[in-house]
Amino acid sequence: MIPVVCYISLSAILFFTGVFGFVTRRNLIAMLISVELILNAVDLQFAVFNRHLFPTQMEGMFFTLFSIGVSAAETAVAVAIIINVYRHFHSDQVNSIENMKL
Amino acid sequence: MEFSYVFLILLLPALSFLILGLAGMKMSHKTAGLIGTTSLGVVTVISYVTAFKYFGAERLSDGTFQTIVPYNFTWLPLGNLHFDMGILLDPISVMMLIVISTVSLMVHIYSFGYMHGEKGFQRYYAFLSLFTMSMLGLVVATNIFQMYLFWELVGVSSYLLIGFYYPLKPAIAASKKAFIVTRFADMFFLIGILLFGYYTESFSFSFAGDVMLSPDATPFIPVNTSKALAAGAMILPTALVLMFIGGAGKSAMFPLHIWLPDAMEGPTPVSALIHAATMVVAGVFQIARMFPLWIEYAPQAMPIIVWVGVFTAFYAAAVACAQSDIKRVLAFSTISQIAFMMVALGVCLPGHESVLDNHSQLGYMASMFHLFTHAMFKACLFLGAGCIIHAVHSNEMEYMGGLRKYMPITNITFLISCLAIAGIPFFSGFSSKDEIITACFAYSPVVGWIMTGIAAMTAFYMFRLYFGIFWGTENKEAHAHHTPHEAPVTMTVPLIVLTIITLGVGIYTTLAGFLGWSNSFGSFVTASGENYDIHFNTQIALTSTIIAIVSICLATYIYKGEKQPVADKLYKTFPKLHQAAYKRFYQDEIWQFVTHKIIFRCVSTPIAWFDRHIVDGTFNFMAWGANEAGESIRPWQSGDVRQYAVWFLTGAIALTLILLAI
Repeated sequence: MIPVVCYISLSAILFFTGVFGFVTRRNLIAMLISVELILNAVDLQFAVFNRHLFPTQMEGMFFTLFSIGVSAAETAVAVAIIINVYRHFHSDQVNSIENMKL
Repeated sequence: MEFSYVFLILLLPALSFLILGLAGMKMSHKTAGLIGTTSLGVVTVISYVTAFKYFGAERLSDGTFQTIVPYNFTWLPLGNLHFDMGILLDPISVMMLIVISTVSLMVHIYSFGYMHGEKGFQRYYAFLSLFTMSMLGLVVATNIFQMYLFWELVGVSSYLLIGFYYPLKPAIAASKKAFIVTRFADMFFLIGILLFGYYTESFSFSFAGDVMLSPDATPFIPVNTSKALAAGAMILPTALVLMFIGGAGKSAMFPLHIWLPDAMEGPTPVSALIHAATMVVAGVFQIARMFPLWIEYAPQAMPIIVWVGVFTAFYAAAVACAQSDIKRVLAFSTISQIAFMMVALGVCLPGHESVLDNHSQLGYMASMFHLFTHAMFKACLFLGAGCIIHAVHSNEMEYMGGLRKYMPITNITFLISCLAIAGIPFFSGFSSKDEIITACFAYSPVVGWIMTGIAAMTAFYMFRLYFGIFWGTENKEAHAHHTPHEAPVTMTVPLIVLTIITLGVGIYTTLAGFLGWSNSFGSFVTASGENYDIHFNTQIALTSTIIAIVSICLATYIYKGEKQPVADKLYKTFPKLHQAAYKRFYQDEIWQFVTHKIIFRCVSTPIAWFDRHIVDGTFNFMAWGANEAGESIRPWQSGDVRQYAVWFLTGAIALTLILLAI
C-alpha cells in the first residue's frame, strides 16, 4: 500500500507546478494547461481522501468524476475563447490582451 | 343620498381643465372655449339646483338649515389626526357656490369676446377651469386642511392667470409678486392649522352637531377644544390669528395688500373673476368658516380683524382717489370693500344668551351679504372696464373721457354698478353696506363713523372714475385714428346679467329692509343659522344715503365738466399728498426696502453663503474624496491576469498564515 503522504506530495507538486506555470507562462495555452494541473491536484486529493478516510463510501470518487467533467467543459470554453482572442489580436501572449474592452 | 350629485361641481371643471390642458392646443379656439363654458354652465345649473333644494328644505327644529355632508373620506390617517376630503353643504358654502359659478360663467362667456384671437386662448380657458374647480373645492371643504389644499391651488391658478401674458415683463413680475406675497401669508396659515390640529386633534371646523352624513362618509372628529383650552387659553386665539394672517394675505389686507394692484396685469376678465369677486374673498370666507371658533374662544382677538380692516379700508379708499389706471382704481376699491367685510366679521360680539346670536352678530350676516353683492357689482365693474380697455386699448384714464356716446350699454351697466358700490338705495350695495355700518355702530360709534366716512370716499372715487371714463374731456387725439366702439354681444350680455342681479337684489332687499319683509338675505345666511329679518335702522340708512349722495354730487361737481378747475386747483394745492396717494403711500418702496435691503442682505446672504460653502462644501468634499480614492486604486486594475494571480496567491497564503497563527 502506497502511503498517503506520497499521494499528497504528488498533489502538492502538481498544484505548485500549476501555480508556478500560471504565473510565469505568457502563452494562453500553457496557462490553460497550468490551470488543468491545479484542478488535477485537487481531484487527486478528493480521490485519496475518500479512499483512505471513508473506504466504504464513494462521494469523493463521484465528485472527482464530476470535477473532471466540469473541467473538460471549461477547457472547451477556454479554448474557444483563446481561438477568438487569437483571431482578434493575432497573438496568444497574455500580455497582449490587457484591454478587454475596446 | 340627497345631494350625491354635487361631486359633479368639482369634477366637471377638473375634467375640462384636463381636456383643455392636455389636448387644448389641438383644438380650435371656439371648441376650447365652448368646452370650458359648457362645463361651467352645467356646474352653474347644478349649483343653482343645489341652492334651491338646500334653502327650500325644511329648517331643523332649532331653526337652522341642516349641514349636509354627502361625501367625506379619510385621505391620510395619521394616528388620531385625519386628513379628510369631502363636500360640505351649509348656508355659506351654498351661497358661495352661487357666487362663484355665476361670476365664473359670466367671465367664461365674456372671455369669448375679450380674448378673441389671443394666442393661448385654450390655455386661458384651461386655467379658468382650474381656478373655478379649486375655488369651488375651497368653499365646500369639510375641514381646514382640505381648505388649505384648495387655497393653495387657487393661489397657483391666480399665479398662472396673472402671468398669462408671459412675454411681458410686468406680467411676470406681478405674477411672482402675487404668488410670493400670498405664499408668505399662507405660511402663517399653515402654522395656524398645525397648531390647531396639534392641540385640538382635529382639522374639522365642525362641532359635529346636527350634521347629516351619507352612509359611506366618515364622520367628523369633533374639535377637542377642551384639550386646547387645557393647553393654555392662548392656543386657539393664536392659531386663529395665524390663520387670519393667511386670510389677510389672500384678501389683500393692509401690509400684505401689495400684490393685488399689480395683479391687474392679468387679463381683465381674470381680474373680475379672481381679483374682485371670488379668490380675494377667500380670506373673508375663511374667517366666516372659523367664525364659531372665533366667537367662542377668541373674541378678545377679534379687534385685530376690526382694526386691520378699518385701516385697510381707509388706506385703499385714499389711494383709489388718486390712481389714474382704471383697473388700479377698481383694485383698490376691491381692497377697501373686502376690508369692509373683514370689519363686519370683526365687530361681532359674543351673544348674551347663546354664543351664536343673530342680533349681536349682525356683522356676520352683513359680511356675507356684502360678499355676495360685491362679487356681482364688482365683477360687472371689472368686466365693464374690460370693455373700455378693449375699446380704447389703454388702461389710463387720460385716453378715455366722453365714452358714453360710443358705449351706451357699458355706460349704463357701469353707472348702475357704481351706484351700487356707492350705497344708493335700491341698488344691492346699499342693503349690505348699510347692514355693515349698522353692525359697526353697534360695536363702537368710532368704527361706525369711520366706516361711514370710508363709504363716502367709496362713492367719491367711484364717481371720479365713472366721470373720468364716460364724461369729462374726450381725448380726441387718441380717438381720432381709432374710434371707440361698443363691445360685442358676448361681452355685453354678462354685463347686463350682472347688472340685472345687482338691480334685482338691490330693489328686493331695499324694499324688504324698509318694509320688514322676511326672506331677504338674512333668512339664508346668519351667524347662528336661524332666520333673521333684516330691518334697516332708518337713522343710519338715511345718514349713509345722504353722505353717499353728497359725495356723488361732489365728484360730479369736480369731475363731470369738460374742464376741471376744482380738480386742478386741488392738485396744485396738495401736490405732495396727491403724489403720495398716487404712489400708494410708498408701500411698495417700503416692502422693496425691507425685502431687498434688510432681509436679502442681512438674512438671505449669510444663509446663501452657508448653503454654498458649508452644505455644498461637505458634499463636494465627499465627492472629491471618492473620486481621489478611485483614481489611486485604479492602477491596480491592470488587466494583467498573471499579476492578479500573484496577488490572489499572496493573499491566500497570507490568510492561511494568519489562520494558522490564530
